[in-house]
Amino acid sequence: MGDRIQQAEMAPKVMGLRERKPVLKPNVLAVLLLSVLLIGGLAATDLAASAYVQRVVIGLGISIILVVSLNLSNGFTGIFSLGHVGFMAIGAYTAAILTLPVSLKQVNLPDLPAWLGRLELPFLPATLIGGLLAMLIAFLVGLSLMRLSGPYVSVATLGFLVIVQVVLVNWDQVTRGARTFSGVPPHTTLWWVWGWAGLTVYVIWRLARSAYGRQMMAIRDNEIAAQALGINVMRSRLLAFCISAFFTAVAGSLWAHFIMSFSPKSFYFAQTFSIITMLVVGGMGSVSGSVIGTGFVTLLSELLRNAERGINLGFLQIPPIYGASQILMAVIFVLVIVFWPKGLLGERELNFERLWGRLRREEASDRHG
Amino acid sequence: MTFIQFLLQQAINAISIGSLYALMAIGLAMVFGILRLINFAHGDLIMVGSYTALLMLVAGAPFWAAGLVGIIASALAGLIMERVAYRPIRGAPDVAMLLTSFAVTIFLENFAVLLFSPTPRPFPAPAILGTALQFGQLRVASVDVVAIIVAGVLLVLLTFFITRTEVGVSMRAASQDLLAARLMGINVNRVIAAAFAIGSMLAGVVGLLWSVRVGKIDPLMGFYPVLKAFVASVIGGLGSLPGAVLGGYVLGILEILLQGLLPSSLTPFRDAFVFVILIILLLFRPNGILGTTEREKI
Repeated sequence: MGDRIQQAEMAPKVMGLRERKPVLKPNVLAVLLLSVLLIGGLAATDLAASAYVQRVVIGLGISIILVVSLNLSNGFTGIFSLGHVGFMAIGAYTAAILTLPVSLKQVNLPDLPAWLGRLELPFLPATLIGGLLAMLIAFLVGLSLMRLSGPYVSVATLGFLVIVQVVLVNWDQVTRGARTFSGVPPHTTLWWVWGWAGLTVYVIWRLARSAYGRQMMAIRDNEIAAQALGINVMRSRLLAFCISAFFTAVAGSLWAHFIMSFSPKSFYFAQTFSIITMLVVGGMGSVSGSVIGTGFVTLLSELLRNAERGINLGFLQIPPIYGASQILMAVIFVLVIVFWPKGLLGERELNFERLWGRLRREEASDRHG
Repeated sequence: MTFIQFLLQQAINAISIGSLYALMAIGLAMVFGILRLINFAHGDLIMVGSYTALLMLVAGAPFWAAGLVGIIASALAGLIMERVAYRPIRGAPDVAMLLTSFAVTIFLENFAVLLFSPTPRPFPAPAILGTALQFGQLRVASVDVVAIIVAGVLLVLLTFFITRTEVGVSMRAASQDLLAARLMGINVNRVIAAAFAIGSMLAGVVGLLWSVRVGKIDPLMGFYPVLKAFVASVIGGLGSLPGAVLGGYVLGILEILLQGLLPSSLTPFRDAFVFVILIILLLFRPNGILGTTEREKI
């Protein structure tokens, strides 16, 4: 804001030019352009790219949903949840049970309650039910968790993750227990994933810029001052937690119908650490940062995973070291925290207006100088 | 077996497992008290100690020597961890430190998987630790008795250290107010290193007892102990040493109670119940049983 006012006042004096209003604001223009590019890129990937690239792009879209929704809770409200993967599990299992063909249910899950055993839903309603169930659970758990603060909330949400894990492993009739849950129909396509990713980014972006979002950030920055201003801390935190849980569960459902067979172990610490890495690298509190961080970490981990199989540098043959990529990721993560504690974008967003303004000013000074 | 004997038997179980949790929780609490760091990697110190001890045993060392070397290895690992990962980010936000400890865990566990493969390995314990002792009609595993005695001795020593030695008093001062402690001329680096060394040594001891109890070790063995130690220290009040001990024993008793009281169809869900109880407890005592409420200055 301040930037723009200052610019408007200074522009005529310094440059002797009248500010001409662009037809479209640079940000809107940039978003439109990026969307067109993205859709074009996705279409190209869908039509022409190898199966491997398609899988990476689908995985990237799912990670973006996970990280952006995690950011709503961890970055914007400052409730540092370690339990979000629990919501992902809830979404994955709920939707998978609902879409599993009835014939397979009789074989894989013979002990399901009768009404559930006869039920077979299409992808979208199953995903929505998964998301809403996660939201409901987030609300119930949040009623107590959102009262806590600082490290206590992290440990308690970690507790939530353990509870989900224990329930998944032991609720044999519904989840097949620790055994692999397989036979999930491959509903997830590139377009489903990126459609949901677009929706997630849009909703959370708008939310962060609404009065609710400002309240969340106010609470994060100074809880007492926020309360003194009449902000309802509990309501604000609960809202963030529930919406965040919804999208996380949607990502879980997408993932389940992408990977097709999974077990409770898929939703534990490795996954938690992976999304938190993406969040921190991108910058907590920035939606565009989350997207960029996710892209960066996905690319890096794909490269590392390929390198893990051994590299032939011509003069030097590096043997395959399986598991080395995880070790390297951990090292990189620590380095980021030490040297770049705010991540790539910190709390800022990509702002094309500012970028545009800077470009024009440089251009102008070039012309004058 | 009479009812009283049954109770006694279960009480011994509870106190023995509680001792292990308490020893772990102390390590967490010491570090948290000073640095406000929740050291998730504390559990992996157990793994380091146990694998070192196993290597020594395989090389033909007697059990006491292997155990001693294992404990020393744990302490060294803790010191290195502090120097390499935690010192550079001292004073960073709580969350950054927690995440760093996560990364340290991932690093150590994957490293151990690379070195030793993920398959569990049997942990040979001397025969005397594998027997059951007979007290009248009570039969108690000797590891349990050893755990209780070892924990008791260590707790007495620790109390002495904390209240009577210079480093111990400095440690308490540092956990009350790091800046003031510094102004009083306390060498904070030394105190923090001491906290890590002592906490890690305790973790090494727990590692030995745990390995003997379970009979096998694997690279991810530190996970459940550290999770339980978290719960214990949160129950007692994060950062409070008496709280950690209390929380450890309370957790041990709680687990045995749940094991006994839950209907058998629900016993596999025991850990879920433990966490539900923890969350309910935090509702009423947001800072644990012995934790003090931190007043925020406005």
